[in-house]
Amino acid sequence: MSAINQSGWRPEMTPERRSNEATFTGNRALMLEEALIFEIGSLDTTGVDFAEAPKAASRLGGLERHKDIGLPGLSEPEAVRHYTRLSRQNYAIDLGLFPLGSCTMKHNPRLNERMARLPGFADVHPLQPVDTVQGAFEVIHQLAHWLVTLTGMHSVAMSPKAGAHGELCGVLAIRAALDAKGQQSRKVLLVPESAHGTNPATAAFAGFSVEDIPATEAGRVDLEALKARLGPDVAGVMITNPNTCGLFEPDMKAISDAVHAAGGYVYCDGANFNAIVGRVRPGDLGIDAMHINLHKTFSTPHGGGGPGSGPVVLSAALAPYAPLPFVEEQDGKFILIEEETAGEHHADSFGRMVSFHGQMGMFTRALTYILSHGADGLRQVAEDSVLNANYVLRSLEDVLDAPFANSGPCMHEAIFSDKGLPEGFSTLDIAKGLIDEGFHPMTVYFPLVVHGAMLVEPTETESKAALDQFIGACRSVAERAKAGDAALKSAPHFAPRRRLDETQAARKPVLVWKEPAQAEAAE
Amino acid sequence: MSRYFTEDHEWIDLDGEIATVGITDYAQSQLGDIVFVEVPEDGKQVAKGDDAAVVESVKAASDVYAPVSGTVIEGNPALEGEPALVNEDPEGDGWFFKMTLSDTSELDSLMDEAAYADFVSKL
Repeated sequence: MSAINQSGWRPEMTPERRSNEATFTGNRALMLEEALIFEIGSLDTTGVDFAEAPKAASRLGGLERHKDIGLPGLSEPEAVRHYTRLSRQNYAIDLGLFPLGSCTMKHNPRLNERMARLPGFADVHPLQPVDTVQGAFEVIHQLAHWLVTLTGMHSVAMSPKAGAHGELCGVLAIRAALDAKGQQSRKVLLVPESAHGTNPATAAFAGFSVEDIPATEAGRVDLEALKARLGPDVAGVMITNPNTCGLFEPDMKAISDAVHAAGGYVYCDGANFNAIVGRVRPGDLGIDAMHINLHKTFSTPHGGGGPGSGPVVLSAALAPYAPLPFVEEQDGKFILIEEETAGEHHADSFGRMVSFHGQMGMFTRALTYILSHGADGLRQVAEDSVLNANYVLRSLEDVLDAPFANSGPCMHEAIFSDKGLPEGFSTLDIAKGLIDEGFHPMTVYFPLVVHGAMLVEPTETESKAALDQFIGACRSVAERAKAGDAALKSAPHFAPRRRLDETQAARKPVLVWKEPAQAEAAE
Repeated sequence: MSRYFTEDHEWIDLDGEIATVGITDYAQSQLGDIVFVEVPEDGKQVAKGDDAAVVESVKAASDVYAPVSGTVIEGNPALEGEPALVNEDPEGDGWFFKMTLSDTSELDSLMDEAAYADFVSKL
């Protein structure tokens, strides 16, 4: 009796024949090729027929357009198919594990989406009379309450729209507090090497000069170097905790105490709050301002998928300077504190960062996430995200160099370096090899303190089975590199497009589509 | 003409009153393919250690620091259109800017070619 044919392929069909044969269309069964939108359809085609526009005298003073603006011509089904086909060539959190370090790409519970689409939240206008949007204000107010509770801080500014915007809010509050004390001469913000890349950019944008504080061998802030730099010109420190090496800063309280004693303020980048939510309250560590990426810790679609939201929790020292507007509860009603009413409620505000009240959709999703998890659930989010990252770290440290493997357990992300890869193989080859294995690559070449860094953040979302499959793929790719497999240098081989020439793309970007004949003439 | 090196992997040549500054071959090899260079404007005053130029590769964006204090007299105009020059000839045609020095004694704290080679070998 012959064995069961588990592959489903006819025995005479060799794998070479299956994978190398070109098709007439370029399609491969359900993997569909797709041309650019300008290269398909016909200019005679439209999705909607409009009546001829009435003749009218131009009032544009000769500025009216005469030439065709070059819109593609597609019928509705052609347009729908075009974008659906493109979407199938994309990778998404709903397709698989998204190990991008520093991004917290976790599952977005569908309950969040359902709540955010309720008409009372989704269909309101920011200029509606406040009496008609009391429910939306209650969501903002309740979420603010839980963010303050979870962080152990004094108050929260809800309006910043994402992480870096939140950083700017916190740093402007520090500037306002120093100015109020007449300390305009404090112009230096210290930023450790283990901080997020946006931190020095934010400090510079807000008018501070930025100075680095080195990291120790163990990947943490050098406390002595920091203390040595403190002085009357230092406005404060911007620190990321847990830091971008995926490590908790155990000296955080000592850092805060030293900065406060020297008259400065402590900004904490809270992008990695996911690792400590429910376990550590930043307020207990002496932090004066910290943004919370609702779109990371509290699971709202991000990474090209949706808007961010970066509320900033503030200490009692910085709270008076928080930006407008504010939602407050007064006699059982929610009111909005804006410029007209700030005088009696919030006189020292440094101003306003956004037109309206913040990202309503993100607020609704984040509050839904918090309430549906509860205190024990949120604590477990932190615990499981740390457990998963440590599982990845310990499962790969024998095939990939883990520079901080001896610094104790990592937090929510595991970091590896390119040390030990053979001559000619790089972090980029590992990342591209993972694409062939069906995974989005991890964050690469960041943080800069680790050579050829590979930063993996699995999040608490992933099951052990999913992690084991990812670990298996990483091991296989790393072992191929170590064996000198030249094919890895040109990976990906199975993606819709092969390895891109990033150098040429950056040096000679082609940003506008031209008719092929025109493009050739321009060469 | 003598050439000096910094721990930040810049080189500086002094020819009479005018010094030429660029990044070393080691620096370009670590950065990888360079895709953009921003050179300082003529007349910019720089103190030793100030940000003077920006170099961006496919891997990272980095500041290039002024190795000594002085005044920029010319940025390399060729780098705007052809940043690859920094990869091809970092210590020649891929120079970043020329400057006059306000204090030539600052050169004494920099490394000579042998000392820099020794410094790089220990990285």
